[in-house]
Amino acid sequence: MNGWISQLGERFIGFLRYSGGVTVLMVRTVFSSFVPPFKRKPVLEQMVKIGIDSLPIVFLTCLFTGMVLALQSAYQMQKMEAKLYIASLVALSLTRELGPVLTALVVAGRVGASIAAELGTMKVTEQIDALETLASNPIKYLVVPRFIALFFMLPLLTIYGDIVGIVGGYMIGVWRLNILSNLYWDMTWNPLKIKDIATGLIKSFAFAVIICIIACYEGMRVEGGAEGVGSATTKAVVISFILIIAADCLFTALFYFGFSF
Amino acid sequence: MIELINLCKAFDDHVVLDNVNLTIRDGETIVIIGRSGTGKSVMLKHIIGLMKPDSGQVIIDGQDVTRLGGKELNDLRLKFGMLFQGAALFDSLNVRDNVAFSLIEHTKMDDATIDKRVAECLELVGLKGIENLRPSELSGGMRKRVGLARAICMDPKIILYDEPTTGVDPIMADAVNDLIKDLQSKLRTTAIAVTHDMTSAYKIADRIAMLYKGKIVEIGTPEEIKNTSNPLVKQFITGAATGPITEDS
Ligand SMILES: Nc1ncnc2c1ncn2[C@@H]1O[C@H](COP(=O)(O)OP(=O)(O)O)[C@@H](O)[C@H]1O
Ligand SMILES: [Mg+2]
Repeated sequence: MNGWISQLGERFIGFLRYSGGVTVLMVRTVFSSFVPPFKRKPVLEQMVKIGIDSLPIVFLTCLFTGMVLALQSAYQMQKMEAKLYIASLVALSLTRELGPVLTALVVAGRVGASIAAELGTMKVTEQIDALETLASNPIKYLVVPRFIALFFMLPLLTIYGDIVGIVGGYMIGVWRLNILSNLYWDMTWNPLKIKDIATGLIKSFAFAVIICIIACYEGMRVEGGAEGVGSATTKAVVISFILIIAADCLFTALFYFGFSF
Repeated sequence: MIELINLCKAFDDHVVLDNVNLTIRDGETIVIIGRSGTGKSVMLKHIIGLMKPDSGQVIIDGQDVTRLGGKELNDLRLKFGMLFQGAALFDSLNVRDNVAFSLIEHTKMDDATIDKRVAECLELVGLKGIENLRPSELSGGMRKRVGLARAICMDPKIILYDEPTTGVDPIMADAVNDLIKDLQSKLRTTAIAVTHDMTSAYKIADRIAMLYKGKIVEIGTPEEIKNTSNPLVKQFITGAATGPITEDS
C-alpha cells in the first residue's frame, strides 16, 4: 500500500520535473531566438532538412487521406442523394483538422525522431560539452535553428498537405463518383472560410513547438550510449504524438466553445 | 593560478571526488594519473565548469568557476582549450570548420586568415591538408589530433588534455608530447593533462598528481614520483597486478 502511494508520488514528481524542464527549454529557446547574432545558414539548412525533405511523405499521407475521406463519406452521402457535399466535407475536415494533425504526426515521426537521435548522439559523444567549452550556447547553436525552421516549415507543409488532400478528394469525387469537375471545385471553395484555414494553421504552429522542444529536450538529456539514444528517440516520438493529439483536442474545444469557430 | 578547494562530487551515492585539493601554478604542466573510472575526466569537467560540484570551489585567477554562468563563464572559457577523451569532434562539420570553430564563432577573422590559422594548427599536430575530410573519415588517433588542433587554435592560456596520447600510435604520441611541451615553453600555457601513459607523464609533467578513490594521494615532480615510497603510486607506475590497489576500487 505504502509502496504504491510512494510510487505514485515519485511518478508525479517525475512528471513535474519533466514539464518544468520542457518549459524552461521552451522559454530559453524562444528567448535565444531573439538574441543576436542571427545566422541564416543553419536555419536554411534545417529548413531544407525539415521542410523540403518531408514533402514526399506529407504528399502521400494527405493524398490518401483525402481519397479515403471522399470514399468513406460517399458511402453515407450517396444514400441521402447528397454526393455533392463530399467536396465540402473533404475540404473542411482537411483544413480544420486532418491536414494539421496528420502533417504534424508525420513530421514528428520523421523529424522529431531524427532531431532526438542527432542531439542524443552529440550528447553521448560529448559534442554538446565540447560546444560549451568552446563558449557556444548549445541552445542557441543547436535548438534555435531547428526551432525556427520547424516553426515556419510545419505550417507551410500543412497548407501543402491541405491542398494535396483536397486534390485526392477531387480525384475520387470527379473520376470515380462522377461529380462534375467545376461543381466539385465550387463545393470545395464556397464553404471554406479564412477562419477554417487559420485555426488549422494556429494548431500547426503549436505542434511545431511541441515537436521541436520535446525532441531537443529528449536528445539533450540522453545518458548512457547508443541504448540511451534509442530510447530517447522513441520517447520523443511517443510523447510528441500524445501532446499533439491532446493539444489538438484542447485547441478544437477552445475554438469551438470560446470563439464559436 | 587554478585552485581546487575541497571539491566533492557524487553521482547518486557513488562518490567520485572526495575533498580534492590541488593548486596549479601559472605556466605549469600538471599531469593527473589514476586508474580508469577514478574521476579524472570528471575533475577536468569541474575545472572548465561543465559539471557543478556538490560542494567546494574551483578558483581561476580569483574567480570561482562553480558560481559563474552565462556570459562570464563563456568569457572565461575563451581562455581555455580542451581536448576531450573521445575528441568530441562535431560530426556535422568538416575538419577545417571543427578546428576553426571558435575563430568562426567568436572572432571577426576573414576566411583567408582562418584558413591560414587552421593550416598552421593542423601542421602542428602532423595532419597537413586534411581540411575537407569529415570526422567520420578519420582514425581514432587522427581525431584525437584534430581535437588537439581545435583546442590550441585560439592560443588558450590554459589547456586541459584528457588522455592526449591514448589511441595514438607510439611515434605520434611522442610528437604529441613534444607539442604539449612546446606550447608550454613558447606560450607559457598552463596545462592539466590526464593520462595513464607513464612515458607521456614523465616527459611532459612539471608535477604529477595521483588520484585514487576520490582523493589526491600523492603529488610531486616526476623524479619524486619515480622514487616514491607510497605503495599505491608504486603499484600504479609499475603497472603491477598485485598490490594495495584491488579490482573493486
Ligand atoms: N554524467 C555522469 N553520470 C553518472 N556517473 C558518471 C558521470 N560521469 C562520470 N560518472 C562516473 O564517474 C566515475 C569517474 O568517471 P571518469 O571521470 O570518466 O573516469 P576517468 O578517471 O577514467 O576519466 C565513473 O565511475 C563514472 O561512472
Ligand atoms: Mg576519462
